[in-house]
Amino acid sequence: MENNISLTLKVWRQNGPKEKGRFETYKLEKVSTDSSFLEMMDILNEQLINDGNEPVAFDHDCREGICGMCSLYINGRPHGPDDDVTTCQLHMRKFKDGETITIEPWRSAGFPVIKDLIVNRNAFDTIIAAGGYTSVSTGGVPDANAIPIPKVDADEAMDAASCIGCGACVATCKNGSAMLFVSAKVSHLALLPQGKVEAARRAKNMVAKMDELGFGNCTNTGACEVECPKGVSISNIARLNREFLKAKLQD
Amino acid sequence: MSTIFGSSIGRKLLMSLSGLFLVVFLIIHLSINLLLLVPDGGQMFNVAANFMALPLIKYGLQPVLFAGFIVHIIYAAILTAQNNKARGSAKYASGNNTKDVMWASKNMFVLGLTVSAFLVVHLIDYWVPLQITHAAESITIDGVEMHNTYALVNAAFAESWRVILYVIGALGLTIHLTHGFWSAFQTLGLSNNIWRKRWTVIGIAFAWIVGLGFSLIAILQFAFYQ
Ligand code: HEM
Ligand code: SF4
Ligand code: FES
Repeated sequence: MENNISLTLKVWRQNGPKEKGRFETYKLEKVSTDSSFLEMMDILNEQLINDGNEPVAFDHDCREGICGMCSLYINGRPHGPDDDVTTCQLHMRKFKDGETITIEPWRSAGFPVIKDLIVNRNAFDTIIAAGGYTSVSTGGVPDANAIPIPKVDADEAMDAASCIGCGACVATCKNGSAMLFVSAKVSHLALLPQGKVEAARRAKNMVAKMDELGFGNCTNTGACEVECPKGVSISNIARLNREFLKAKLQD
Repeated sequence: MSTIFGSSIGRKLLMSLSGLFLVVFLIIHLSINLLLLVPDGGQMFNVAANFMALPLIKYGLQPVLFAGFIVHIIYAAILTAQNNKARGSAKYASGNNTKDVMWASKNMFVLGLTVSAFLVVHLIDYWVPLQITHAAESITIDGVEMHNTYALVNAAFAESWRVILYVIGALGLTIHLTHGFWSAFQTLGLSNNIWRKRWTVIGIAFAWIVGLGFSLIAILQFAFYQ
C-alpha cells in the first residue's frame, strides 16, 4: 500500500564545531511512506545537491539498527516518534502528509556538534577504553555447561550487551547523564564469570571517566530507558550503583 | 573510600542516605502530630513534645536532623547545578516529548524548594519560640511544667493562610517522595526489575499517607479544634 506524503523539514545546519548554527527549512514532495527516515534524508540531500546546495551532514552506517551510528533528535525525541527503534529503522509511515518535522543533533555538553546533525561521541569510546573490556582473551565460545551460568544472569547479560552505544540515553536525559550506557557496559561483563574478575576495577574506572568527561549525575528519571532503541533497563543502573559502591567500600 | 564523595554515585549516595534519614524523621514527626487529634485539650501532644525537648534529643538528635537537612539541600544544589551544566547550553527547539517519565523526577529541586519554604515557616513558628526565645506559654501536666506546645500549634492553625501554606508544603513533599522514595533505593543499588516496582508502590503509598496525614491534621485543627 504505497502512499506518498509531502513534508516541511526544519533542519539544524552548523558549519563547524565553533560556528553558530541555525535552522533551515526545506520542502520535500512525494516521499514514499515505505521509505526509512534516512532514505528520506538521502532524498533531501539529492534535492539539495541538484539545486547546487551543500547536503546535510548526518551520521549513519549499518542502516539495520545494530551499529548505533545514526542519531537525530526528531520532533522532541531521540530516534523520532517510534519506540524501540534507531533512526535508520524509523519509517516515514509514522508521519502525516503535510507534517513539519524538526530535526536536531543530539544535544548535551558531552556530545559537542561537529557539523550539522553530526555530534562527537568519542566520549563513549573513552569510557569503554577506561575499563569496558576483559584484560585477557577468554577464548572462543566455551562448550555448553563447561562454565555453568544461571539462565537469569545469561539473559540479563545478553540484554545489557545489546547496547549499541548510540547515545540516545544521554540525548534525552535532563541531566545529560551517561549512566544507562555505562551501566549496560558494566553489567554485561559483571554478570558473567569471565568479566567478574575485574568487575570492581571496571566499575570504578568507567564511572571516574564518565564523571571526568562531564556527564551529569543520574537522578533516576528513567527517560533513558524509554528512549533506548534496545530497551536496556534501568535495573542495570541499580547494578552499576551496587558494583561501584561495593568496590569503593572494599578500598 | 577517600574519593567516593567526589564521584557522581558518591554524591547520589549522600542524597539518598540523607533523604532516607529525613523519611524516618517524617514518620516520627507524623506520629507525634497525630496526637493533635486526640481530644484531650492537647495533653498527650504536650507530653510527647516535651519528651522531644529532652536534652538528649534536643542536643543529641536535633543537630543530626539539621545536618541531614543541610547535606540534602547542599547536595541538591550541587547536583542540580552540575546536571544543568552537563545538559549544556544549547536547548532542543522541538522540546522533549519522551513519554512515561514521572513529572516529579524532573522537578525534584523545585519540589524540594516548596518543602524548604515550609521548613523556614516551621522554624519561625515553632522552633524559635519553643527552643530559642522560650516565648511560648507554660502549662503544668501531672506536676511537670512544660511549654504549652499544643496552644502554639492550635493558634497557628486558626489562621487559614497558614493552613493553606501548610497543605501546599505537605503536597510538595508528597510529590517529592513519589519519586524520591524508590529513587533512594535505586541509588543504593537495592533495586532490580522486581524490587523497583515494589519500592515504587511502597513509596507512592508512603508519600500520600505522609502528605495527606499532615494536611488533614492541619485542616481538622482549623475546622474542629478552635
Ligand atoms: C523532609 C524533607 C525531605 C525528604 C524526606 C526528602 C527525601 C528525598 C529522597 C528520598 C530523595 C531521593 C534520593 C535519591 O534519589 O537517591 C530526594 C531527592 C532530592 N531532594 Fe529531597 N527530601 C526532602 C527535602 C528536600 C529539600 C528541602 C530539598 C531542597 C531543595 C530537596 C531536594 C532534592 C533534590 C534536588 C533531589 C533529587 C536529587 C537526586 O535524585 O539526585 N529535598 N529527596
Ligand atoms: S543504553 Fe540504549 S540509548 Fe544508551 S547508548 Fe546504549 S543502546 Fe543507546
Ligand atoms: S545506521 Fe546503524 S544503527 Fe542506524
